[in-house]
Amino acid sequence: MNLHEYQARARLKAAGIPVPDGDVASTPEAVEQIAQRIGGGVVVKAQVHVGGRGKAGGIKLAADPHEARMNAEKILGMEIKGLTVQKVLVVPAAEIASESYVGVIMDRTSQRPVFMVSPAGGVDIEEVAATTPEKIFKATVDPRFGILPHQAMDLAFHLYDDIAQVRQAATIMRQLYRAFVDAGASLAEINPLITTPDGRVLALDAKLAIDDNELGRRPDVAELRDLSVEEPSEVKARNASLSYIKLDGNVACCVNGAGLAMATMDLVKYYGGEPANFLDIGGSSSPDKVVAALEIITADPNVKSILFNIFGGITRCDDVANGIVTATGQITIDLPIVIRLTGTNEEIAVEILKRAGFEALTDMDAAVKEAVRLAGEAA
Amino acid sequence: MSIFIDRDTKLVVQGITGRDGSFHTKQMIEYGTCVVAGVTPGKGGQRFEDSVPIFNTVAEAVSEGGANASVIYVPARFAADAVYEAADAGVELIVCITEGIPVQDMSRLMPYLAERRVRLIGANCPGAISPGRAKVGIIPGQICREGRIGVVSRSGTLTYEIIHQLSAAGLGQTTCVGIGGDPIIGTNFIDCLAAFEADDETEAIVLIGEIGGTDEQQAAEYTAQHVTKPVVGFIAGQTAPPGRRMGHAGAIISGSSGTAAEKMAALERAGIGVMKRPADVVPLLEERL
Repeated sequence: MNLHEYQARARLKAAGIPVPDGDVASTPEAVEQIAQRIGGGVVVKAQVHVGGRGKAGGIKLAADPHEARMNAEKILGMEIKGLTVQKVLVVPAAEIASESYVGVIMDRTSQRPVFMVSPAGGVDIEEVAATTPEKIFKATVDPRFGILPHQAMDLAFHLYDDIAQVRQAATIMRQLYRAFVDAGASLAEINPLITTPDGRVLALDAKLAIDDNELGRRPDVAELRDLSVEEPSEVKARNASLSYIKLDGNVACCVNGAGLAMATMDLVKYYGGEPANFLDIGGSSSPDKVVAALEIITADPNVKSILFNIFGGITRCDDVANGIVTATGQITIDLPIVIRLTGTNEEIAVEILKRAGFEALTDMDAAVKEAVRLAGEAA
Repeated sequence: MSIFIDRDTKLVVQGITGRDGSFHTKQMIEYGTCVVAGVTPGKGGQRFEDSVPIFNTVAEAVSEGGANASVIYVPARFAADAVYEAADAGVELIVCITEGIPVQDMSRLMPYLAERRVRLIGANCPGAISPGRAKVGIIPGQICREGRIGVVSRSGTLTYEIIHQLSAAGLGQTTCVGIGGDPIIGTNFIDCLAAFEADDETEAIVLIGEIGGTDEQQAAEYTAQHVTKPVVGFIAGQTAPPGRRMGHAGAIISGSSGTAAEKMAALERAGIGVMKRPADVVPLLEERL
């Protein structure tokens, strides 16, 4: 789960990191009031979960509250990479002497948090890493002790010459690490970390990506989830304990297990079709889950055929078969359904489906081919 | 031979009286696994199914029950501590089935296990099975058969699909290991490749990866340098969109890194037979055996 910039900066601020004044708003009127209170020039920043907001016109400078309001009118409601801007952050226009990058990520290879800093801040750090890797400095953190003071100082010396700024930056890194741990983050980033002409070090932007596995024990973070920026069908799926991701194709896939779900999508593509979704119905396959899955799948107008691919191990094929029969009794489905079941209680499942008028296949390739063919016919 | 688990595995089940723990314990016993103990705090002194002794702690399961390996089915919020407990009790192998352990907890756990030289499989994995010998975890026994192929995978049901195809073609397995779909896991591809390479009975290896991270690329490099046995590989997620978590916590393309295409290219470069679809596993292996 990603936090909005305004949410991330609030958590950084709570950890003691100096961030500029500012507030979030969802109407141009409120933006004008915030700009009035701040005084002087302000920046209006779109709050969406994508990079490249500036290039897309989602970040605009305003000389006064009136201009801030005009900018907010343009930004609120605009679409950036498919996401509609519903909130903007209003901050004072900072005077910037230098821009750096400071971030900490959970590194999969070392299995530890890794700090990354760069004096080349304010731009996409992946680009810096690709074009000028010598400008990136790293330190691996022992998660049992956290970032050590000397590690933070060492990194900070790569950013600044002035010892007062080095000390400020090192303190910010230790505070950022605390915010990273306290939020259950997999990434915490300040880009840019700026210096002002009078020598202060400030976090001008903030990014926090949260490990979904942390949300259960961190209600203060879980409540920051913004459902309005998510695909409604994905929210519905999550509430039904289904793992669903909407795609653009027309062959809907309903599978048990994430790996098999991905492999099924890939096989749809292999046979010339396009998957409409990723959907893992999980291990237990109660009829309720199958009903929810079918409701979500059939609400997508692009879908032209539905493919079930179930490998019965722990999941019993007869449970899924019963689920399909119950579901199709509860909701009307006008789309062709191709069912592939194999494994535990396969024979019983085939019998249940046959009685309800469904044909069941046992071979994955044959089922995928058939679903692709049917989708092609309907399109 | 087999890797990691065999007839000498004496298993303690952590969470033996829970819904998942009790169901799978019955399956493991039915398969012939030597389950010597169970642990549920507060239920020490009782017996599971009138036979397996239950202890309050893993330490007792080791000292009194004689366990040398543990399998964990406890809920996510207790799972990391269950791993620490097993490590402190002195078992050699811990298999953690539980899904949902936060990655920061795993990060703190890994150096602790390394200091104690304990092997962890998982978390968020289906466990391992050495057909005809022992099963630790949830891989359905009936789809496996004894044979000469080693299987290692980040997935669950996709692994079953591929094992099923192997068994149907008469290609039995020495051991099948599900290493798990989380970003930070214990035993990785390279550990399994090294163990299969060293195992006399294993003649060829099937590696099943997916998008996210660089473990498959590292496994490919390792294979090119150290593995003499034939290896075939599959990568799931060729059609996965970037930036989205595909069910498994670790299955996510970040930026332009961790795509199926780059992993398949790395396997190819290492001389590994790359399956375009699961059904390719049998012909690709037969070409190489």
